[in-house]
Amino acid sequence: MRYAGEKRFNIWTVLTLILLALFLLFVVYPIGMLLTKSLFTGGELDLSYFVKFFTKKYYWSTLVNSFKVTVASTAVAVLIGLPMAYLLRSIKIPFSGLLNILIVISYLSPPFIGAYSWIQLLGRNGFITRIINAVFHVELEGIYGFAGIVLVFSLQSFPLIYMYVSGALKNLDNSLNEAAESLGCNAFQRVTKVIFPLVMPSLLAGMLLVFMRVFSDFGTPMIIGEGYKTFPVMLYTQFMGEVGTNDGFAATMCIIVIIIALMFFFLQKFLGRRFTYSMTALKPMESRQATGWRKVAAYAVVYLITFVAALPQLTVIVTSFIGTINGSLFTGEFTLDNYRNIFAKGNTTAITNTYLFGLEAIVVVVICGILISYLSVRRRSPLTSVLDVLTMFPYIIPGSVLGISLLCAFNGPPFMLGGTVLILIVSLSIRRMPYTIRSSTAIIGQISPSIEEAAISLGASQVKTFLQITIPMMLPGVLSGAVMSWITLISELSSSVILYTSGTMTLTVAIYSEVIRSNFGNAAAYSTILTLTSILSLLIFFKVSGSKDLSV
Amino acid sequence: MGATITIENAVKRYGNDTIINGLSLEVKPGEFFTLLGPSGCGKTTLLRMIIGFNSIEGGTFCINDRVINDIPTNKRNIGMVFQNYAVFPHMSVFDNVAFGLKNRKIPKEEIRERVEKILKVVKIDHLKDRMPAKLSGGQQQRVALARAIVIEPEVLLMDEPLSNLDAKLRVEMRNAIKRIQQQFGITTVYVTHDQEEALAVSDRIAVMNNGVIQQIDAPSRVYQRPANQFVSNFIGLSNFLKAEVRMAGGQTCLAFQDEPSYTPPMYNLRQDAADGMEVLAAIRPEEFEILAQGQPGIPAVVQSSVFLGASTHYFLKLSSGQEVEAIQNADVWEIIPDGTQVSLAVKPQKINVFTPDGSQALVVREELL
Repeated sequence: MRYAGEKRFNIWTVLTLILLALFLLFVVYPIGMLLTKSLFTGGELDLSYFVKFFTKKYYWSTLVNSFKVTVASTAVAVLIGLPMAYLLRSIKIPFSGLLNILIVISYLSPPFIGAYSWIQLLGRNGFITRIINAVFHVELEGIYGFAGIVLVFSLQSFPLIYMYVSGALKNLDNSLNEAAESLGCNAFQRVTKVIFPLVMPSLLAGMLLVFMRVFSDFGTPMIIGEGYKTFPVMLYTQFMGEVGTNDGFAATMCIIVIIIALMFFFLQKFLGRRFTYSMTALKPMESRQATGWRKVAAYAVVYLITFVAALPQLTVIVTSFIGTINGSLFTGEFTLDNYRNIFAKGNTTAITNTYLFGLEAIVVVVICGILISYLSVRRRSPLTSVLDVLTMFPYIIPGSVLGISLLCAFNGPPFMLGGTVLILIVSLSIRRMPYTIRSSTAIIGQISPSIEEAAISLGASQVKTFLQITIPMMLPGVLSGAVMSWITLISELSSSVILYTSGTMTLTVAIYSEVIRSNFGNAAAYSTILTLTSILSLLIFFKVSGSKDLSV
Repeated sequence: MGATITIENAVKRYGNDTIINGLSLEVKPGEFFTLLGPSGCGKTTLLRMIIGFNSIEGGTFCINDRVINDIPTNKRNIGMVFQNYAVFPHMSVFDNVAFGLKNRKIPKEEIRERVEKILKVVKIDHLKDRMPAKLSGGQQQRVALARAIVIEPEVLLMDEPLSNLDAKLRVEMRNAIKRIQQQFGITTVYVTHDQEEALAVSDRIAVMNNGVIQQIDAPSRVYQRPANQFVSNFIGLSNFLKAEVRMAGGQTCLAFQDEPSYTPPMYNLRQDAADGMEVLAAIRPEEFEILAQGQPGIPAVVQSSVFLGASTHYFLKLSSGQEVEAIQNADVWEIIPDGTQVSLAVKPQKINVFTPDGSQALVVREELL
């Protein structure tokens, strides 16, 4: 909308064009490069890469493996997350606030750390495996391959289901429950006929997010999968492997995964539109005191699951204080050697890089996030709609694909950005920006335009109104998205592992390479620093915002 | 003293839809001018054209002979009070009110004086340091009013400022608004869909429908002598009865279709209301007199009644089946039981008569005052 006396070409158009140009350069152009590489050889259309992928079992079986892992993990995540959400909402459980934080943290830590922790516990030489083998005199080989991947992913992803369903239950007015009861429904029927159908849309949304997340994760199957190769692992080895790397083929695999990801994204959009109920609870469901065996069972389930979910973090923190022989075998003695190792070597670049890049990226994320959400809500035009779609794109496609596309586009003339800090920050920012954009868009939708109009009628210019009125009012929403962006920024692996060079290594990349080299002691110390940073950020956010909810 | 607002041939289009097509009006200096109409009639659209939040597709908008069409809103010096208060939630009451003055680069000391003075006028000086979240709706609207007036605007615009308040506060606030407007003498344009509110505060009311002004008049005139059927139905309540003009012995009368023998004499019909002309009589509930059966009037049966203390409302059915409403003042002691046959007489000097399509008044408008 244009106000009186406003020029057609004003500061907002200029900003839109600048942002659009940035996203065209860093999102559209790289994807275009991928398409060209996969579809053309020597300037001619050539589909041989696609034929190669779909005719050789060695390649297409990874796609099948990925789907198997993803479906199984999503199912298990629902089986854990759904009852957890219901139990924590409907029954009074002591320390539920702490449980909530533990669950959120287990979701926010990078999945591959979970994978490597579970190897410490249930691997060939794992802590628990050794106990079982000693007690029962068996020779368990430990949990690897399909089972290991599903274990890690479901424990990592059920919190997402939990958060979505829990949020939906919070918005469910208790009078609906009471109405059903007055109409003759018993407790079981109330759950199946009223609560479950109303929670269904949120559950679906959560499931699809889990699905996309699991499908595109690369670190976990890489570490715990052993022979069981999933698609992202194959993609990584095709692109980064020491022998026989093939850019064109990797690009083709990227295109395949982009198409799959887009299909799921649109499926989610479609289902989301069809099955949504707008609910706001005047009187939310109250958690009640349970009695007898119900109480015992509920407590046991909730505490056990939370414990298992938090176990990888605990393992990491505990093992970081245990000495090792040659870095890989834990001795069992408490020591600070691991920390001494990572600090004494003078090799703290990974740590400083993480904070430095993270801070730089979060500044970019917040500035762009505020501008993009403002432009797409208040200055709606065809251009801002395009911008809106483009910003969501890096959120949909897997991180490794984003990394590969950026390398393809910027590793040669005209843009020589490969290996620079800039390209890493670009990838981190555009990949984690959607959290901030979505929460900013949500809050700006709640701000009445008349508040900005009031400022203008009182003589403030549009820029001044934006800076003095709009931004301060948006801040709470921006903050809740920015904290998500920040925590996921510092734990980003899939694109960083492709884009880093020795000088731009981050904590996650350091952990990953230490794990691959079996330097578990150092990995644990690095992970602990990362985990504590996440926990601290989360606690500060909860303290500052006064809320216990995160926009996921 | 307030400014004159002149609007000539205003046109507003959204895409291909023309919302307002050639509207003209003039608001006098210091006047409390109300735009009244049902939702979607274009009153808020027009208000937003005056302040500059809506583009102007045609016509000229002037304040004191200065054309404002192309002046940006923040340079127009117009104050505005919004329906949802639009108080800045992250600023204290003082900072909210000072905001406009700061934009005008007024010295700090003067800002303090002016803000404190205006807060006293709207009676919230004790809340100076509060944050808006800690204020009631009425207090927030007082902040909004103070904020709009303190900049000494040439014109004050109010967009349904009372509709978010509860009934009791609404009356209190509307009296406050009227008092303050008179005290400062600011030319004010007020938008509302609430006719009672419009009648209570306005110097003049413009009744709008479908982007067209139906009538501009003082509140009492709009109520007593509506320009057409729409106005007479929108402001207050009217019963519409079909009738015919009769000339009997040099006297113009009205013969009602329900009872052609009842012919009250009319002294204020226009010359062109000829003998035998079909018309529509608009009779407000209080313009009926309920008489005993058999007395001259339209026969009717009492269906039900509502006792409201100061008056009693009767719902009656005519022989044609048409249902009408009548009000009897409390000075009549007995409530007439349901099912009673009565006779309805009209007060000829008060009722209005329109052409059959309701578009034109056939009553000569006696120019009072």
